Amino acid sequence: MIEGAVLEMRGICKYFPGVRALEKVDFTLREGEIHALMGENGAGKSTLIKVLTGVYPMDGGEVMLSDHFVHIRSPQDAQNVGIATVYQEITLCPNLTVAENMYIGRTKGVLTDWRMMNSSAGRLLEELGIPVSPKEQLGNCSIAVQQMVAIARAVDMDCKVLILDEPTSSLDEQEVQKLFNLMRDLKKKGVGIIFVTHFLEQVYEVCDRITVLRDGKLVGEYVIEDLPRVQLVSKMLGKDFDDMADIKTEGDADRIDLSELPVYQANNLTGTTGIKPFDFEIHAGEVNGFTGLLGSGRSESVRAIFGADRVVGGTVKMHGKTVKIRKPLDAMKHGISYLPEDRKLDGIVGDLSVRDNIILALQVMKGFFRPFSRAQAERFADYYIKLLNIKTASQDTPIKSLSGGNQQKVILARWLLADPVYLILDEPTRGIDVGTKVEIQKLVLKLAAEGKSVTFISSEIDEMIRTCSRLIVMRDGKVVGELKGDDLNQNKIMATIAGGES
Amino acid sequence: MSINTPALNGKSLKRRSSYTDTNLLLIITIAVFIVMYVCAVVFLKKGFTKPQMFFNILNENASLLVLSCGMTLVMITGGIDISVGQVTSLVCMACAVHLEQNGGNVFTSILLALGIGLAFGIVQGFLVAYLEFQPFIVTLAGLFFAKGLTTIISSDRISVTNEAFVKLCRYEVTIPFLGSVNKKGIFIPAYVEIGVVVALVLVVLLFCMLRWTKLGRNFYAVGGNNQSANMLGINVKLTKFLAHVLCGLCAGIGGYLFFLHACSGSPLHAQGAEMNAIASSIIGGTLLSGGVGNIAGTLFGVLSLSTIKMIVTSLGFDDPWWTNITVALMLCIFLLVQSVILSRKNKTKK
Repeated sequence: MIEGAVLEMRGICKYFPGVRALEKVDFTLREGEIHALMGENGAGKSTLIKVLTGVYPMDGGEVMLSDHFVHIRSPQDAQNVGIATVYQEITLCPNLTVAENMYIGRTKGVLTDWRMMNSSAGRLLEELGIPVSPKEQLGNCSIAVQQMVAIARAVDMDCKVLILDEPTSSLDEQEVQKLFNLMRDLKKKGVGIIFVTHFLEQVYEVCDRITVLRDGKLVGEYVIEDLPRVQLVSKMLGKDFDDMADIKTEGDADRIDLSELPVYQANNLTGTTGIKPFDFEIHAGEVNGFTGLLGSGRSESVRAIFGADRVVGGTVKMHGKTVKIRKPLDAMKHGISYLPEDRKLDGIVGDLSVRDNIILALQVMKGFFRPFSRAQAERFADYYIKLLNIKTASQDTPIKSLSGGNQQKVILARWLLADPVYLILDEPTRGIDVGTKVEIQKLVLKLAAEGKSVTFISSEIDEMIRTCSRLIVMRDGKVVGELKGDDLNQNKIMATIAGGES
Repeated sequence: MSINTPALNGKSLKRRSSYTDTNLLLIITIAVFIVMYVCAVVFLKKGFTKPQMFFNILNENASLLVLSCGMTLVMITGGIDISVGQVTSLVCMACAVHLEQNGGNVFTSILLALGIGLAFGIVQGFLVAYLEFQPFIVTLAGLFFAKGLTTIISSDRISVTNEAFVKLCRYEVTIPFLGSVNKKGIFIPAYVEIGVVVALVLVVLLFCMLRWTKLGRNFYAVGGNNQSANMLGINVKLTKFLAHVLCGLCAGIGGYLFFLHACSGSPLHAQGAEMNAIASSIIGGTLLSGGVGNIAGTLFGVLSLSTIKMIVTSLGFDDPWWTNITVALMLCIFLLVQSVILSRKNKTKK
């Protein structure tokens, strides 16, 4: 065993039907260190953690915990040997109280001592500054509070190893800082912390060491000072960063034939969601973007185009002909597809299989009484799983068990299958790893080259610059500028968003 | 949509804790029962003014009460057990034959009843928890199996004449200070049968179990979200298994109480009792989806169900379909009230 190591995993293997989730992965955690576990979506981070905590049985390898070999068969075992975990998704019981959620499954004896539980939970919550009463039912709390309760439960355990699997995704800046302070305190007490996150800044803020996984294999273990960000990213991706730089293709503006009628043209389109009436048009083969600060109305605008929110005025022409788009089905029938901003809420149907999720939109257009044959559906699904490189065990896997980036790809496949002439992508790259982001951007450009029109929205301006040939800038529900060609640079965009005329 | 991050909503949460779903539904159930009974006393009079009327409800339903308690346990873990009615029937028949034809005594018949109940609980629990079969299907099979066994033992009604047992059947526990004066002016004290005492003791035990033992709390956790419960370090399989075993045990005890009340065994005994037990649990505030429920609620669920039947009968609608239709209506109204209140509560949190 390595000097000072509190946990050592050697040669861990885990297979799912058709997928090698982990292949001979080694991982070492030392006493009193914060160790980041990094990798793309589907690299095997969550699987490694679930193997360590006994949620999945491992198919090979050994685990040593402070000089002893341990066999962890269940989360109970993991708790008993001193491994506390906060999982990515909230794994608490919504029907129990906050205090119960903090203590259930880890107290001794047969009885539940409510008074002791409530008072010590109250103390701990106060210490951590979590604004909730221990007697409150957990389901009544916000997601952020639930996440903090899960963290409180984990840190209260007298653990040697603390695992935090993307704990910060639903926390705000202040809460993240609180969590970091907590982590530093625990570190001083000699607890080893495994920290999984997508946010690079957070890694460089608190971590001491990084282990990188890719495609279920170990890439390497690094001390944080030895690994600058760019290198970390290229290790995660397994390719050099230049790949992204040359996304921008050869003068795509020339390819667009402006003399033809625009694919989609709106005049004075008026919605009810607080945006001013606006004009908009897009040509075949063009990628345009809506940008602006959060709340500037960029999502609302594209929702109005798709008919997702109520439209009360304006005329819409497609290929020069006036059409009526009042609801999403109208838009779909005219060949417009919309990938919504919030995929959990508007996009995926969690319990349905990957295949069913892919054919959903096409099925809706065809009508539910004329279902696709199984063979046909399988062919569609197969084609897009390959095309988009979706990492899934099979077509029958429920979509909810896929990683975030792969879910996003499935939804993208759903709309591609509908073969739209005009595709609207609202934040398709949010919450997914860098590699998939690049893939999606490349795909967008490929679609445009095939003659489709695409509207692409992203919070990350460099992504927009790389992908779009024309950018519509919004501020306070109003279109305030349109940039193209040489104007498409960071400074110009910032200036337009801010409103400084130049 | 993107502006309202959950983190922002969390700030306003520092307030007095609200009722848990379980307690809220319990309060509704108790309130409804009291209103119903008071209305019956005030408007119907007839027998309702006499205390004995209330105790008769208990006498008639001691068995159902125990079955419902078992059902509540399983439903809290998110499962269901529809075999309990037929197990009751089987227990009655087996005990009757044991006492009458095999020369058994009261003590051994009790052991037999508990044994049958436990056996069903253990087998069904094993299939549901460890082999992960659907509880509905497993217990449906149990229902048919028990029904078959009952008829194999005897297809006729068997009355019990065993002296000690008949004595036990007839034993009345007098309630101090309660009773009514009959026409001749003699005070007749109210009484309950021995089965009611057993049932109420069981209610208290199970109530305490659910509230103060770890096993009880684990039932709620498993019903609330069994994956989370697993991650929280609860042995989900064992918990589900034990819920079914306890439910089976309750079916054994409930079966024996039915036997005590009816003093006979018959394939027609306790027909549809499982459905009454489910209905009582639901009226008592147990959610079919699991994680929410209370034994005290179940007690009032049984009382409400029987009281409404009694009211309908005493109004002169004594055909069985009237009671059935009323029960159906009552269930609907309860579900409606529950969902309205729960959804309103969930709205106020946003």
